[in-house]
Amino acid sequence: MTDFAAPLPSLADRARLVQAESTIVSMHFFRQTPVFVLGEEALLFAAPEGGKRVAIHGGAILASAADGQRIVTGGDDGKLIATNREGEHEVLATDDKKRWVDQVALGPDGAVAWAAGKVAHVRTGKGEQRDLDLPSTVAGLCFFPKGFRLAIAHYNGATLWFPNAAGAKPEVLEWKGSHLGVTVSPDGKFLVTTMQEQTLHGWRIVDAKHMRMSGYSARVRSLSWTHDGGALATSGSEQLILWPFTGKDGPMGKQPTLLAQSPARCSVVACHPRQPVAAAGFADGSVLLVRLDDGALILAREADGEPVSALGWSAEGQVLAMGTENGSASVLTL
Amino acid sequence: MTAPSSAEKIPVTVLTGYLGAGKTTLLNRILSEPHGKKYAVIVNEFGEIGIDNELVVNADEEVFEMNNGCICCTVRGDLVRIIDGLMRRKGKFDAIIVETTGLADPAPVAQTFFMDENVGAKTRLDAVVTVADAKWLKDRLKDAPEAKNQIAFADVILLNKTDLVTPGELAEVEARIRAINPYAKLHRTERSKIALDEVLGRNAFDLDRILDIEPEFLTADDGHDHDHHHDHDHDHHHHHGGLKHYHDEDMQSISLNTAKPLDPDKFFPWVQDLVATEGKDILRSKGILNFKNDEERFVFQGVHMILDGDHQRKWKDGEARSSRIVFIGRHLPEEKIRKGFESCIA
Ligand SMILES: [Zn+2]
Repeated sequence: MTDFAAPLPSLADRARLVQAESTIVSMHFFRQTPVFVLGEEALLFAAPEGGKRVAIHGGAILASAADGQRIVTGGDDGKLIATNREGEHEVLATDDKKRWVDQVALGPDGAVAWAAGKVAHVRTGKGEQRDLDLPSTVAGLCFFPKGFRLAIAHYNGATLWFPNAAGAKPEVLEWKGSHLGVTVSPDGKFLVTTMQEQTLHGWRIVDAKHMRMSGYSARVRSLSWTHDGGALATSGSEQLILWPFTGKDGPMGKQPTLLAQSPARCSVVACHPRQPVAAAGFADGSVLLVRLDDGALILAREADGEPVSALGWSAEGQVLAMGTENGSASVLTL
Repeated sequence: MTAPSSAEKIPVTVLTGYLGAGKTTLLNRILSEPHGKKYAVIVNEFGEIGIDNELVVNADEEVFEMNNGCICCTVRGDLVRIIDGLMRRKGKFDAIIVETTGLADPAPVAQTFFMDENVGAKTRLDAVVTVADAKWLKDRLKDAPEAKNQIAFADVILLNKTDLVTPGELAEVEARIRAINPYAKLHRTERSKIALDEVLGRNAFDLDRILDIEPEFLTADDGHDHDHHHDHDHDHHHHHGGLKHYHDEDMQSISLNTAKPLDPDKFFPWVQDLVATEGKDILRSKGILNFKNDEERFVFQGVHMILDGDHQRKWKDGEARSSRIVFIGRHLPEEKIRKGFESCIA
């Protein structure tokens, strides 16, 4: 399938296969146990000694986030649900109009943020809830790495909100167009959104200076910061694209690094938590491990035509779990 | 290995129509008839469907402009989100129906299928179906630009509540519809009663189905309305043996054709420039093209500035190799378009 000069070294046949039989939308870990978030109803705990399917939602699962202690999911049943490593789950919130809960983020000290329609909610670890009305639908949520602050992506920009500062007017970073996802750099200095267009938009937070990151062949749907926070790895093109975020200017005036040239479009990225390595999943089903220093590649999943839809590393980075739109999952222990 | 072919993509029918025209009645009919199909229904915030359906989603019609400074380059942000969510339940439904509010412009809905790669990869726009009120449409065409957009944009028009008007009034309103959009399939209905295969599974946006873009000529009326018609709204009209022909003041269709082959190196720059400059006024475009030294016919369609085209098939033996293009739009510069098209002849 691929047009590399020599066959790539492959670890694909060492992966353990898991049948999910439902679209896999994301994945998380409880220690070494991969947990696949399925498109409908359930989480699939895929421990080596046997899988366990835990039904939690009464419909589609639209968003998820995890902090090692729990996986929090939002569904089209209007519910926000937390599930622990035993598979026990509790409803954290129910939307009063049964709107879709399609954005979820986890923050410091057990805080959880979620959104339904044009309202963003935050519940602190102590159980206090704050709500913020936005002018358009919330399309992305992300906590800042430090401090109790939330970034919210929406039409024509992003809003920065301190939920604990009662009465304080949230700060708005404006840029025309529809912003569909948001991430904040691990050093807290830059905010980046994915847009409806085939581009990313960024702001340096200290002075709201703009950055445009373009050149993609599709809308960017997956973002991941490298282990040291020095670069942002992105999907949306026929290679892995990394934007440099070192120094005070971030990617301003710099070129991205292009690695893992592929015949198919990159659909998901997940950076290794400890090393300069990224996993890149492609629309043809292949998953490549990419060494960021020199671009060396190892095949982690063979191309089989099933678009890769989820990738995740265990906290230490010894286990990589992969899932596809068609419900094929595999787990590779390195 | 590749993206799903159009047959595997979930078809999406867009239901438009002015308030009270009978859109919700049609929707309820679609959902309640025993067809064995499951529909996911995206209803507008004022929608009231009377049928229990597991997959009903409320949409709030968020029209988002793209970041290119152009007011016609818009998508329905809520559809991008909802279709992404619905596709997680793939297998639970066979088709999607999007009901819009009476004030909605169908273009952003249609453009979402061409502008959002994810939506376009998983679903396909089947047709825009417009329900119009036989009694009130004539008035709405005067006072509501949205109503005119919905007629101009439609692939299928249900002229509903025909039992509430006289044959003369019916002929009159049909003529007004035809003045705006001579290409849509037009059905006269009462209480939105229609065979569902006339509104669903139309493949109106399938390039392979752009076989016939001849206008749907009016059937001659039944002879009750041959008297002179006094018109007070400054529309032009004249009679041809019982058929009224109106000219709508601001929405027209232009049809151009030539038997001479076109030069693709002239045609593509011309049409791209045309939609770049006039795209905000061109609601829909379609064409079948005969290029010089090309054994295959080329077909295209467009919504405002978006063009979608491909080689369709070989010209058949004995088939007349001619090119024909159609534009429906507002205040279109007909002479400029005609001259431009003629300059593309090889
Ligand atoms: Zn435009």
